[in-house]
Amino acid sequence: MIKLDSKIPAGSLKDKWENHKFNMKLVSPANKRKYEIIIVGTGLAGASAAASLGELGYNVKVFTYHDSARRAHSIAAQGGINAAKNYQNDGDSVYRLFYDTIKGGDFRAREANVYRLAEISGNIIDQCVALGVPFAREYGGMLDNRSFGGTLVSRTFYAKGQTGQQLLLGAYSAMNRQIKLGKVKLYTRREMVDLVVVDGIARGIIVRNLVTGDIEKYSAHVVILATGGYSNVFFLSTNAINSNATAIWRAHKRGAAFANPCFTQIHPTCLPLHGEGQSKLTLMSESLRNDGRIWVSKFKGDIRHPNEIPEEERDYFLERKYPTYGNLSPRDISSRAAKEVVDEGRGAQGQEAVYLDFRDAIKRLGRKVIEERYGNLFEMYKTITGDDPYEVPMKIYPAPHYTMGGLWVDYNLMSTVPGLFVAGEANFSDHGANRLGASALMQGLADGYFILPYTVGNYLGSEKPTLVETDHPEFEKSKKEIQDFTNKLLSIKGKRTVDSFHKQLGRLMWDKVGMSRSAQGLKEAINQIRELREEFWRDVNVVGSANDLNQCLERAGRVADYLELGELMAIDALHRNESCGAHFRVEYQTEDGEALRNDEEYAYVAAWEFKEVGKWELNKEPLIFENVQLTTRSYK
Amino acid sequence: MGWFFNALNSSIGKKILMAITGICLMLFLIIHLVNNLSLFGGEQMFNNVVKNLDTIKPFIRVIELILLLVFVIHIFNGVRLWYENKKARPIKYKINAISKNTNIFSRTMIWSGSIIFIFLVFHLRTFWISFNLGHPLALSHNYYQIVVLAFQDPVYSIFYIVALIFLGFHLKHGFQSAFQTFGWNNKKYFPFIQKLGLIYTLVMVIGFMSIPIYFLFFYGGK
Amino acid sequence: MNQRKLNLTLKIWRQPGPNSAGSFVEYKVSVSPDSSFLEMLDDLNNELESKNLEPIAFESDCREGICGTCGLVINGHPHGPIPKIATCQLHMRNFKDGDTIWVEPFRAKAFPVIKDLIVDRSALDRIMEAGGFISVNTGSAPDGNAIPIPKDVASEAMDSASCIGCGACVAACKNSSAMLFVGAKVSHLALLPQGQPERYIRVQAMVKKMDELGFGACSNTYACEAECPKGISIINIARLNREYIKSKLIADEV
Repeated sequence: MIKLDSKIPAGSLKDKWENHKFNMKLVSPANKRKYEIIIVGTGLAGASAAASLGELGYNVKVFTYHDSARRAHSIAAQGGINAAKNYQNDGDSVYRLFYDTIKGGDFRAREANVYRLAEISGNIIDQCVALGVPFAREYGGMLDNRSFGGTLVSRTFYAKGQTGQQLLLGAYSAMNRQIKLGKVKLYTRREMVDLVVVDGIARGIIVRNLVTGDIEKYSAHVVILATGGYSNVFFLSTNAINSNATAIWRAHKRGAAFANPCFTQIHPTCLPLHGEGQSKLTLMSESLRNDGRIWVSKFKGDIRHPNEIPEEERDYFLERKYPTYGNLSPRDISSRAAKEVVDEGRGAQGQEAVYLDFRDAIKRLGRKVIEERYGNLFEMYKTITGDDPYEVPMKIYPAPHYTMGGLWVDYNLMSTVPGLFVAGEANFSDHGANRLGASALMQGLADGYFILPYTVGNYLGSEKPTLVETDHPEFEKSKKEIQDFTNKLLSIKGKRTVDSFHKQLGRLMWDKVGMSRSAQGLKEAINQIRELREEFWRDVNVVGSANDLNQCLERAGRVADYLELGELMAIDALHRNESCGAHFRVEYQTEDGEALRNDEEYAYVAAWEFKEVGKWELNKEPLIFENVQLTTRSYK
Repeated sequence: MGWFFNALNSSIGKKILMAITGICLMLFLIIHLVNNLSLFGGEQMFNNVVKNLDTIKPFIRVIELILLLVFVIHIFNGVRLWYENKKARPIKYKINAISKNTNIFSRTMIWSGSIIFIFLVFHLRTFWISFNLGHPLALSHNYYQIVVLAFQDPVYSIFYIVALIFLGFHLKHGFQSAFQTFGWNNKKYFPFIQKLGLIYTLVMVIGFMSIPIYFLFFYGGK
Repeated sequence: MNQRKLNLTLKIWRQPGPNSAGSFVEYKVSVSPDSSFLEMLDDLNNELESKNLEPIAFESDCREGICGTCGLVINGHPHGPIPKIATCQLHMRNFKDGDTIWVEPFRAKAFPVIKDLIVDRSALDRIMEAGGFISVNTGSAPDGNAIPIPKDVASEAMDSASCIGCGACVAACKNSSAMLFVGAKVSHLALLPQGQPERYIRVQAMVKKMDELGFGACSNTYACEAECPKGISIINIARLNREYIKSKLIADEV
């Protein structure tokens, strides 16, 4: 049993972070340069943490499996970043952003963490502007905002449809400055394959050099994982091809508890599946829902061309069911509503898709305005599908997009392994059971720029950890285990390709651990995943050698981890006998099909402790709400 | 002055050197053409123009020396850039769509330049050496006849005309390229510069070409 | 959905390692027109793997044209024959049944081949490390609205900043010049008020690094602009030239 101490500071919600910052131990400037910090991942959280910690004077080593730090998948975020600036004078405030986020997460996140996030949000915008992020501006030169799903205020800052790219380039450039100054050392094409824990404390990592195949050892006083989410367990997701769970999963197996693994977000506006060979699902920015109307035919099996379906035979189901928020309803609700109508057999032209229609917006605003707002997205749609959205409604369908679950961390973002911190999507901290649009970028940068630089210093200042050299037996042991693991994969020489296992697992996860889940289906899933895992270790064929650039081997290691993680996701989903946020259990719904939460029994964080493959122990961190009333989410 | 040579030795500096010398040469071509067009004013007029230039010989010599220097820098620097640029891609593409993503003028500068250089050697031998280094006709100030004799040789004239086509290639790219190198590019006025470059090129090529064509086909009542 | 399949001949560059010789290997594939180019390679790789042959090493990540990881020279065009898209956005409906397609890695001295179609583009990062940033420590920023930025300036800076760092400009240029990349990066920060304090140091440092790394000079052929998946304009190169000249004339040497 792990002791889950969330370390939430005392005091009123508003004062917690301020008090905590004052009470934290500081490291003197002269001592900072004696500390080594490892950061894995160069996305928003990793790059911003590397830059900020380097600025403070620590020696930082950063690892990425990409060829460049700028490739991390944060770069693909399109829509924007939230901040409670209230520049629009429309009633926004730190408290409102906090409340929207807590409510959007269906009351399954910590109040203190979320409040801190909202508090910091404004500083993030300032920092990014100073770093040269070209946010959209109004004619007067002031920052422009747009609105996003799940909120009634305009608080989203954006840079065309490439906000993630610009924010990442900002953090990347700040990190580059530290690389030039010698405070940050960057290791590219290295994949973290193990966490080294000595005497219960994180002391370093083992990485595989993806070019030479060498297994390398690195030690540090602190290890920070900022390695993103695990949506690729579904094979088809909006994540990048290489996004994976290996770093957090291997850390989990070394003792870091995994929290709420079943909270996975399905994004409502993605391009539908075109065929078997498809490698990923492409996201169309949620901002499209500002002007596009979502509908399907009122009739089952209607395969007419959408332009031939008259107005009175169209069902604008989001506007009908949720008149207040309409097409801007939160992601989980919109996704599930789309699945519902498709399951009824009313999908667009009989496919797994619904229409996103700009006909009325073009009529109302003119083609030019629509072109200005969404031109690049429309072009992208046309490139991929061959259809012109100015003439024919887009077809969209939900796809796995973001994972709210992740490694459990306390208020300081430290995992259950002392010395191991987790930031960004890789941790579970702020989004509860569902994340609001434009909040991922906010959280990644909050963690990296403004939280870790304080809390890592506090850990170093109060614990004064010592450095364990890489010739320590634990490092050798870890390295040996990884080499054995690799050799085992290469020696199976079975009949099935790595991808075929990944695809089969993905389909299974999508069908049974996806948008709606049942106890029956989850139980089946658990058994099937176990069988699939056994088959993998019996019959997979990993081509090539260990001492070379071997993409087949890279994928095999990741799929081996998904085959364990997938099971835990199903176990978590099965144990959570309620519907909340993105986790929808068909047994727990209201009469009109809305999620039925069970605050009495499930207002806790489920933190799973790894015992052995296929065996976990559940630890609960109760969620205490002192400032908000637990209400039923209503977007009607 | 260290900074100055550092700057000129950078990749951008070398380009700037090409642009500055290129612009000098383009200006020279204008003056050269104006002088040459006096051929159409008849024998008397042309001989007088040359004689008049002779009266300011020391000045002309200085200008010629500067011109020589400009040529040498332009050529030396051009060849150096070509060589260095080649080294930047040691292994060539099997299939290259260069004909689809660039125009012919821009990618053949080293070749059009080389042809112009060969032309220049012949051109100087025929005219500059004859005019300045004691050709019998030059001594009697009958420069016009030197031109007549040279261009009535069809092989020589055709070589001349072909070389001028390549000069056109070189100018077509060089003119707008110089502006781009100096950073004088803007989405509003750059299309105008490109048109101006085309007009300049056509005027130069047609202007210079008219002379061999005239002497080969029309001179002397042919 | 299209049921018709395209039968294609692929001639793909295979090279086992940085120091070994490479050559083209021919593959026959049958592919759906709705498939993307990279999905076609995925399929081919799966087929190779099931025959116990080494798959073709190529890079890609986001597969939506923003991360800049992918980059193949397809029939002589970096990112293929369709303008303004990355390789991952190229769909097979743009090819005809019976076509032969040549696939090569980006070729430049500054981008050595690592394996098959994978090249090392870290030279671009070295240029960025030399000066592609604004020196501002975390926490020291003024309010985001403290300095107004005209809408068109912000938007022009955004256009320059939309470079995805894929290196197609280098691959397309007959001189393997990185001027469009550096031009876009210098422009992005030179246009914004926040970038002014380091404006001249930045351009000198980045150009110096670019020259050291073995990229060629710019010949103004504009192949880079034609092949850039984001349509970055050569106006950025002009601005780079201008900034560089100015920095050399009036600012301290870097």
